[in-house]
Amino acid sequence: MVAQMKIGILAVQGDFDAHAAVIARLGAEPVLVRVPADLAGVEGIILPGGESTTQLHFLKEEGLKDALEKFAARGGAFFGTCAGAILLAREVRNPAQESLGFADLVVARNAYGRQLSSHVRFGPCKLKAEPLEMVFIRAPIIEQQGSGVEVLAEAEGHPVLVRQGRVLVATFHPELTGDTTVHEYFLKLVRNGDRTAL
Amino acid sequence: MSFMQDNQWRVKVGLAEMLKGGVIMDVTNAEQARIAEQAGACAVMALERVPADIRKEGGVARMAAPKIIREIMATVSIPVMAKVRIGHFAEAQVLQALEVDFIDESEVLTPADDANHVWKHDFRVPFVCGARNLGEALRRIAEGAAMIRTKGEAGSGNIVEAVRHMRTIISQMRTLTTRRSDELVHDSKELGAPLELVRWVAENGKLPVPNFSAGGIATPADAALVMQLGAETVFVGSGVFKSSDPAVRARAIVKATTHFNDPKVVLEASEELGEAMKGLDIRQLDEKELLQTRGW
Repeated sequence: MVAQMKIGILAVQGDFDAHAAVIARLGAEPVLVRVPADLAGVEGIILPGGESTTQLHFLKEEGLKDALEKFAARGGAFFGTCAGAILLAREVRNPAQESLGFADLVVARNAYGRQLSSHVRFGPCKLKAEPLEMVFIRAPIIEQQGSGVEVLAEAEGHPVLVRQGRVLVATFHPELTGDTTVHEYFLKLVRNGDRTAL
Repeated sequence: MSFMQDNQWRVKVGLAEMLKGGVIMDVTNAEQARIAEQAGACAVMALERVPADIRKEGGVARMAAPKIIREIMATVSIPVMAKVRIGHFAEAQVLQALEVDFIDESEVLTPADDANHVWKHDFRVPFVCGARNLGEALRRIAEGAAMIRTKGEAGSGNIVEAVRHMRTIISQMRTLTTRRSDELVHDSKELGAPLELVRWVAENGKLPVPNFSAGGIATPADAALVMQLGAETVFVGSGVFKSSDPAVRARAIVKATTHFNDPKVVLEASEELGEAMKGLDIRQLDEKELLQTRGW
């Protein structure tokens, strides 16, 4: 039997369990990451939804930020959803806060408004022929993207799913739907790196 | 149940999912909210007085003043929750108009209805409700609660009731997973909860919404205890701002909640803390002083 691919899921706060369930369903091994040592043997990392301010505390104070930077420098693959998108962006607004900067994006937090603006929609996505279900919860908006960023899905005139090399970013929550398309694509990205086609 | 497929329901439970593994802190003004956010709280709960003061000062405890809630919403970027009295759907309408992110229909405030809770499906804002046992939790979910928290005994600084309620709910769920379909009808009757939800729990071994812990958490070890017993997030009420060192204690409880399975980190978080809130022996309280018995 082939050894299972290990996918780390940042588990300091947020909906990491929902991601872990999808990863397990797709036949890879989810590894909850709370300290740098948890990254051993991990081939790709998911930054889940949750509160980015809370998650940032743990990244900065417990050595995880350095560990993730090293992982990125080694060419590791990342997938951020919602708060994860905020952590991966180059610049964060509303309000400004620190971020990892692995994706050439400018992201505004809570840009649709408060919880009353949270919603579910179906929209076109380059990863599949049929419309993709997207769950937005107090979601951020990608206001600008660099030229190296490929837009995989848009909604209301803003990119909502983008890829830059080995970094995949969604402002919505594919982990809260029964559709595993986006996670499957991330596993492909982990396996094939920059060469991954659609 | 049919409502579980509704998109409105899914985004309500979705926000509750996002709060997992974190700490939700009671705050009474914008300054406390700022301290909570800086300490790493994943949400704040706006209320007029913390439970320990409600207990001490008595009188009718109501929804917080909109002005204070607005100030808190303007100060922090994390979700803002606020409490309404049990059954007071007009207070809830006001909070929805104010656009808070979550409403807590709470036994900590003085109940407005001695038989009925709010019909929460009528609202677009998600609700959290307290529960002491599985029947109570499932009745609240049937009414539309998107998150359950064990009640514990708010404002007591004593973890014993939170432990009792979490253990009760978890063990009642475990029992349901061993029951036959015909027995579940009987269980539904005994629990006073809809059969469909009882069957859902029997099949899945957990609640259909996140299950958080509240009521008496005062130390990092308290947080680690309830997390290990099965809580998915903790609410800290009086525990932070009734201690001698709110900012440091808040940070320590946040740390212990994330690393609940790592005693070394819980130890680290527990060191150099000042005095915890004094706390009450629940057995010394009169039945009528208990907050947890409010709710039907």
